[in-house]
Amino acid sequence: MTYLAKPKLHHPRLSTNALGFTRRDYEGAVSTLCAGCGHDSISGAIIQACFELSLPPHRVAKLSGIGCSSKTPTYFLGASHGFNSVHGRMPSVLTGASLANRELVYLGVSGDGDSASIGLGQFAHCLRRGVNMVYIVENNGVYGLTKGQFSATADKGSRSKKGVGNQDSPIDLIGMAILLGATFVARSFSGDKAQLVPLIKAAIEHRGAALIDCISPCVAFNNHPDSTKSYDYVRAHNEAVNFLDVIERREEITLEQEPGTVELVRQHDGSYLKLRKLAPDYDPTDKIAAMTYLKEREAAGEIVTGLLYLDPRSEDLHDRLGTVRAPLNALGEKELCPGSAALETINASLR
Amino acid sequence: MPGAVSTRADAAPGERPAVGEARSVGMPPTDIRDPDYFHRVVDCQWACPAHTPVPEYIRLIAAGRYTDAYMVNWRSNVFPGILGRTCDRPCEPACRRGRVEAEPVAICRLKRVAADYKDDIRRFLPKAPAASNGKRVALVGAGPASLTVARDLAPLGYEIVIFDGEAKGGGMIRTEIPRFRLPEEVIDEEVGYITGLGHVETRYGQRVDSLKRLLAQGFDAVFVGSGAPRGRDLDVPGRQEAAANIHIGLDWLANVSFGHVNRIGRRVIVLGGGNTAMDCCRTARRLGGEEVTVVVRSGFHEMKASPWEKEDAMHEGIPILDYLVPKEVRHEGGRLTGVVFEKVAARYDERGRRQLVPTGEPDLFLPCDDVLVAIGQENAFPFIERDIGLAFEPSGLPKVDPVTMQSTLPQVFFGGDAAFGPKNIIWAVAHGHEAAISIDRFCRGEDVSERPPPRTTLLSQKMGIHEWSYDNEISLDLRHKVPLRDPAVALKDVRAEVELGFTPELAYAETQRCLNCDVQTVFTRDLCIECDACVDICPTDCITFTGNGPEESLRPRLRAPAMNLAQPLYVSDTLKTGRVMVKDEDVCLHCGLCAERCPTGAWDMQKFLLEMAHAYGTKPCQCA
Repeated sequence: MTYLAKPKLHHPRLSTNALGFTRRDYEGAVSTLCAGCGHDSISGAIIQACFELSLPPHRVAKLSGIGCSSKTPTYFLGASHGFNSVHGRMPSVLTGASLANRELVYLGVSGDGDSASIGLGQFAHCLRRGVNMVYIVENNGVYGLTKGQFSATADKGSRSKKGVGNQDSPIDLIGMAILLGATFVARSFSGDKAQLVPLIKAAIEHRGAALIDCISPCVAFNNHPDSTKSYDYVRAHNEAVNFLDVIERREEITLEQEPGTVELVRQHDGSYLKLRKLAPDYDPTDKIAAMTYLKEREAAGEIVTGLLYLDPRSEDLHDRLGTVRAPLNALGEKELCPGSAALETINASLR
Repeated sequence: MPGAVSTRADAAPGERPAVGEARSVGMPPTDIRDPDYFHRVVDCQWACPAHTPVPEYIRLIAAGRYTDAYMVNWRSNVFPGILGRTCDRPCEPACRRGRVEAEPVAICRLKRVAADYKDDIRRFLPKAPAASNGKRVALVGAGPASLTVARDLAPLGYEIVIFDGEAKGGGMIRTEIPRFRLPEEVIDEEVGYITGLGHVETRYGQRVDSLKRLLAQGFDAVFVGSGAPRGRDLDVPGRQEAAANIHIGLDWLANVSFGHVNRIGRRVIVLGGGNTAMDCCRTARRLGGEEVTVVVRSGFHEMKASPWEKEDAMHEGIPILDYLVPKEVRHEGGRLTGVVFEKVAARYDERGRRQLVPTGEPDLFLPCDDVLVAIGQENAFPFIERDIGLAFEPSGLPKVDPVTMQSTLPQVFFGGDAAFGPKNIIWAVAHGHEAAISIDRFCRGEDVSERPPPRTTLLSQKMGIHEWSYDNEISLDLRHKVPLRDPAVALKDVRAEVELGFTPELAYAETQRCLNCDVQTVFTRDLCIECDACVDICPTDCITFTGNGPEESLRPRLRAPAMNLAQPLYVSDTLKTGRVMVKDEDVCLHCGLCAERCPTGAWDMQKFLLEMAHAYGTKPCQCA
C-alpha cells in the first residue's frame, strides 16, 4: 500500500474518449490494498473498460459488500455513485437500486467470501431474477482480511500458506450462475487485462444478469506454490476458450476474417459480440454443452476462461415485471397520482 | 489449448501480437551497468556540458543545505554564483518537467540560491600542496576556461601563471555581462577562490602578444583560453562617416563595465539578435537610452538570444523589430541621424534553406542618436605566429582535438570560445576540465587520448515499506518566478541587480518541482511475478509488459506509444510468461509508485550519482 496519492500529472499524449475524458478521469482514490493484489488489476480493467465505453461516470453505480474486494470501488470511478453495503447483501441493495432507477449502469463488486459464503443466497437470487447488472466476483480463494483462512471457493486439496489442506468441496460460481439463469457468464484472470477488459465491456453492454468470476491472486496469503489461485498456477492452467472483441455498432456487419475462427453473436438489443474462438468446438450459447465442457476441463485440472455462456435472448427483471420505463425519481405527480377515475378503473377490474 | 494464453502476451488492451509471432528477435536487455544509460535518464545532467549532478544539489537546497549544494556545483561547474545568474542553461530545455507540464524546473536560479545562502565555504576548498610538483603551466586569458584549468591543476601542485590584458580576472564574465545581471562582488568572490588556491600567479595587465615568446619561457604546457573577443562590424554606407555614434557592442559593454562609458543618446538602435544584443539594449536603457529598439534581420523566433533574455528586454520596454536588414546609415554634418532598413521576408527554397528576400515594400527609416552593433563575434589570434607548428582550420580557428583539447602543438591546449568559436560559460568550464586532464596526463608523460571514466554510484533509496530517502511526492506547482527589482529603480542604475533571487521559501517550493530523475527505477527480472501492479499505478503509463520485438515495432505498441525517440526504452530479460518489461523513460515522474506497489521488490528506486572525472577532485562527493 502507499501513502502517496497518485500524481495528477499524466502522459502528455494520453488519449481521450468520446466524452473528452482520459483514462485517468475514471480512477478513484489510491488503493490501500496490499501491493501486488490482483484486485487492483481488476480495478484497472474496470477503469479501462468504462473509459473505452465512454461511460459518463455519474451514470454508473458501484455497489459492494464487505471484504478486500468490496473495498475496491473506492479505487475506481471516483466520480460515480457508490454503496458499500452489509456483508453479503450487495445483491439486494443493487436489485433495489436497479428497480428504482433503471437508467444507471450497475457494477456489483464482491469477493468469494462475500458471494460464496455469507452472501450465497443473495448471489443466487439476484442472478435468477435477471437483474440488469455486472456482477464481478474478485475470487482469490482466501479470506485475506482475516489473514488467509480458506474461503468457500478454495479448491479441495489445495493448501493454505501455513500448509493446511482444504478438505471441503469448492463452490463453483460459474456452474451455479449458468444453472441459475444468468445470461452472461465469464471467467477471467486479473493478470490478463487483454482478456478481462473486453469481457467487462461486453458485460456492461449486456442487458441482463452478467457474472464475471475473476480469479485474483492474493499476494499476501494465496500466492504460494501449493495454491491453485496463484499467479503462476493460474497462468500454467489457464485455458481460454475464446477471446472477445466487443462490437458496439448496432447495424448488420460482415466478417472479413476467416470463418470458423470468428463468430458473431447478435444480442437481444441488437448489439454484436465478436468472439475469436480459441477452442474450435466451444459454443458459448449452448448451455448444456458448455456445462459439460466446463466440468470435463475442470476434472482435467484446467481453469477455463473466456466468455463461457451467453444467452443472446436475455431479458432483465424490468422486462419480466413490466415496470415503468422511466426511473422512479423522474415520475411526476401526474404519473404517481393518476386521479380517482384511474382508481375507479382499477377497483372495477378487481370486482 | 495449452499455450494459448502465453501467445496473447500483450497487456495493452486491444494490442495482441499475432499468434506465432517470433519472440526471439527483439530488443536485448538494457545494460544498466553502462554509465551512459542512467546518465541519459538524468536529462539535465546529460545536457549540461559539465554534467553537473543537478537533482543532487536541488535536493540539498530543499534540505536547506546550501553550502553542500554550492560545493556540489563548485566541484562540477566552478562558478555557481556566476552561472546561477548567467548560464545559458542547456539543462532547462532538457528538463523532464517540461515534458509533463508547461515549464521546466528553474534549475539555473536554484543554483543561484545555493550561492546566495551558503556559509563561508573556504574551508571546503582544496589547498595546493606546500611544495609544487615542479611543472609550470601558462594560461592565456583569465576567463572561465583558463580559471577552470587553474582550479583543476593548482591543487595537484602545478605552478600556474595566468596572463590577461585586463586589470582583473574573469574575462568576458567581467567585461561583457552587465552588472545589473551579475554584480562584481560575485565575480571577485568566485575568481578569488581559484586564484587563492596556491601556486597560482596572476599577471593581469599583461596581454600575451606572442605565443612563440611565451613558449620560449619554458612552460611545460600552455592553455589558450583567450575567448572570441572581436565584435563583428557593420558594413553599410555611412558607417565610417557616423563612426562617432556607432559602437561595437562587445567593446561598448566592456567600456561600460570598466566605467569608461556612462552615457548614451536618448534614441538607441541595437542591431543583432543574440544575447550580447540583449545585454546592449538593457544597458543602454540604463545609461540614458529612453527609446531603445532592437532590430534583427531574421524572424523573432529565430533569434539566437535565449527566450528568457528576450523576455527580460521586452519587460523593460524595449521593442524587438524583425525582418529588417540595415541598408544605410544616415548622417548630417558628421552626426548620426538614423538607419535605413530594407524590409525582408523569409523564403524557403526546395532544399529547405531559408533566404531573406526583400518584400519590395518601402524602406524603413528609424531615427536615432546612437547605434550599438551586436551582430556576432569572432575569434582573433593575432598573438599566435603561424610558423610555430600550430595548425589552423580554414575557418580561422585552431585545429583542436574535441576530446583532449590539444592543438597540433602537443604542449598547447585550447578551451572556451578560443577553441571552437563563441559558445558560453558552461562550455568553457567543460573544456577547461578536459584540458586540465590532458595537461596533467601530458606533463606526466601519459597518453592524453586515454580518458578517466566518470565515477558512478547506484544505491537503493528504500527506507521502509513506503518511505524513501528522497521526497517522492510530485508537486503540482507551476514554475515560480524570480522576484525582480522595481523597474523604476532598476532602470536608473546600471549596477543595480535586476533579479533579486528566490527567497528560501520560493526556492523550497521550486525544488519540489524537480522530479528527481537521478533516482532510477531499477528492475530485477527474477523477482517479478507479473502482477501488473506497477502498470496500474504508473501515473504516466511508462510501463508495459509485452512480447519483445525490434525497437521500431515495440515503441508504437506500448501502453503509451513511446514516440519520443530521443528517450531510451528500458527492456528487461524475458519473463516467465515469455514477455518482457518495457519502460519508456520519456515521461517517468520518478515518483517511485511502481516500487511502492511492487509486492516483491522487483522495482527499486536507486540513486544514480555520476561525477565526471576531473584532474583534481577524484575524491567522491561528500554531500551525498
